[in-house]
Amino acid sequence: MRAMVYRGPYRLRVEEKDRPAIEHPNDAIIKVTRAAICGSDLHLYHGMMPDTRVGMTFGHEFVGVVDEIGPSVRNVQPGDRVMVPFNVYCGSCFFCARGLFSNCHNVNPNATAVGGIYGYSHTCGGYDGGQAEYVRVPFADIGPSLIPEWMDDDDAVLLTDALATGYFGAQLGDIVEGDVVVVFGAGPVGLYAAKSAWLMGAGRVIVIDHLDYRLEKASSFAHAETYNFGEYDDIVVHLKKITDHLGADVVIDAVGAEADGNILQHVTAAKLKLQGGSPVALNWAIDSVRKGGTISVMGAYGPMFSAVKFGDALNKGLTLRMNQCPVKRQWPRLFEHIRNGYLKPSDIVTHRIPLEHIAEAYHIFSAKLDGCIKPLIVPNPA
Amino acid sequence: MAYTADKPKLAESSDELRTRIPGWGADLDPKDRPSVPKERFDPTLNGARWEFPERQPEKWPRERSIEHKFLTPVFGTSCPPKGLSGMIRRYSYRAYSEGRAAHWLLLLAADRVDAVESTLASFLTRHPDNPITETGVLSEFTHHGLPSRLRGKRVDRGHHLLDPVLVAAPWVLAGGAVYLALRRVAGRRRR
Ligand SMILES: NC(=O)c1ccc[n+]([C@@H]2O[C@H](COP(=O)([O-])OP(=O)(O)OC[C@H]3O[C@@H](n4cnc5c(N)ncnc54)[C@H](O)[C@@H]3O)[C@@H](O)[C@H]2O)c1
Ligand SMILES: [Zn+2]
Ligand SMILES: [Zn+2]
Repeated sequence: MRAMVYRGPYRLRVEEKDRPAIEHPNDAIIKVTRAAICGSDLHLYHGMMPDTRVGMTFGHEFVGVVDEIGPSVRNVQPGDRVMVPFNVYCGSCFFCARGLFSNCHNVNPNATAVGGIYGYSHTCGGYDGGQAEYVRVPFADIGPSLIPEWMDDDDAVLLTDALATGYFGAQLGDIVEGDVVVVFGAGPVGLYAAKSAWLMGAGRVIVIDHLDYRLEKASSFAHAETYNFGEYDDIVVHLKKITDHLGADVVIDAVGAEADGNILQHVTAAKLKLQGGSPVALNWAIDSVRKGGTISVMGAYGPMFSAVKFGDALNKGLTLRMNQCPVKRQWPRLFEHIRNGYLKPSDIVTHRIPLEHIAEAYHIFSAKLDGCIKPLIVPNPA
Repeated sequence: MAYTADKPKLAESSDELRTRIPGWGADLDPKDRPSVPKERFDPTLNGARWEFPERQPEKWPRERSIEHKFLTPVFGTSCPPKGLSGMIRRYSYRAYSEGRAAHWLLLLAADRVDAVESTLASFLTRHPDNPITETGVLSEFTHHGLPSRLRGKRVDRGHHLLDPVLVAAPWVLAGGAVYLALRRVAGRRRR
């Protein structure tokens, strides 16, 4: 089969690879119909995530058709159209039994701190991902769901991570009616988080980025008030000014490890890998949220330490909430919101690129060229 | 205002927001949201029919965190460790927990070694690495590279040039080393 393969930082190619096989009785093999590139994939692509091996196939956002099932699989059948959460999880461990699907203890031998994620380095379990023609899906009775008939593949693939994560991020903000919500980052996760904040009754939603084309999307898609931090000497002071010097009730970090805005933080983290991630947006969140407020961190950081301003988080009495998103928990409600017309996930898709050209897709998404917000990957273009 | 007791007034009331924004308030009740409460005990919820999953066969000694009691019943089988990078990885897993910086720094070092090893090995195959196609850099010409980078107040412009330097450095160094080695060999022959 054809599959994307990592060759080293900033380099990947499409190769002929063996088709994945059933390795456990509850495995299924899925024939991928649509995949996507996530902001998280960029951390791998840039060589920031420890134990990212040459030869691995990335991709944790994908949907497809069941091609083959292991002997114990009952909930899906060959031929079913399924969507697969980015979490690999067993359904039965201490954490899964409590709904913490992203924190499963039975699927990742390489680390106890993080669960299993498709195509996301060995630190997340060493599973090949879905930017390929076929992918192995463990615990096929637990994670995958049938795609509702009324839903198209483009919307379904966005539900496997980006939309569920943005929605989860807004929930971790514990938003109450009338809250002022600031979202750092106008990528897919930030756009969906901003949109979701309104569902939870936010009174004002402000999105911060430095890419004007993404901020335009934040205003048209997520009805947000937007500011380009590149135009301000100090974005924290600006946020204080526009919130009556109180600060925001809730701040969502939808940027993560490669945050820009402070060259020292960015270069030491993203280029030199001397810290787990560049906490520029997280530190801005700590500074711009009001005392007693809540920060929801959706941006991903590496397992190493980062230079976070912890003292002021304490001084301000903040609540910091965060996790990898337990995707399937969000689905029933998100299906309703999509059906009701409150959300149209595929509105943020800018590029549909054949698997054979995935190296260009990564470059375009990584360098933020061509107005790119969300690129989808099509393994077998008709 | 922060200096007095009341919350600053919002520009729009809830009713105005409800008419302007589709779905506003659909999840208004903080208790009625899918991720609330954080932990919800329900072992049958997920459809698992096992108390502990069957074990996937271990086809090679699978490296694992020493914070785990045993090899997890299911695991990924992409890219078994190999070469020098594989030795560094195995050592890092064997010697250090996730709590130690050495663990992660060794794994990152192994990643760099892996890239060099694999690139060199690729030259002995019919699919040598090609930095031009693999970086996707040609999309700069087909997808508005320069105009995209120059538009608006992008703050990342300051380090755009670092990316090609990071990518090219190992190739330039390797090229230089090969050149020097060849020159030395040639020089010896002439003498
Ligand atoms: N927790 C989870 O389950 C989960 C799931 C998916 C993605 N993520 C993480 O969420 C983050 C965002 O993902 P994405 O797909 O939207 O990525 P993306 O790269 O498309 O978006 C990030 C955005 O942040 C902007 N940005 C950079 N520095 C900033 C700063 N200091 N302030 C404000 N904006 C800044 C960038 O210009 C970009 O638009 C990534 O770190 C990703 O790894 C986490
Ligand atoms: Zn992701
Ligand atoms: Zn589990």
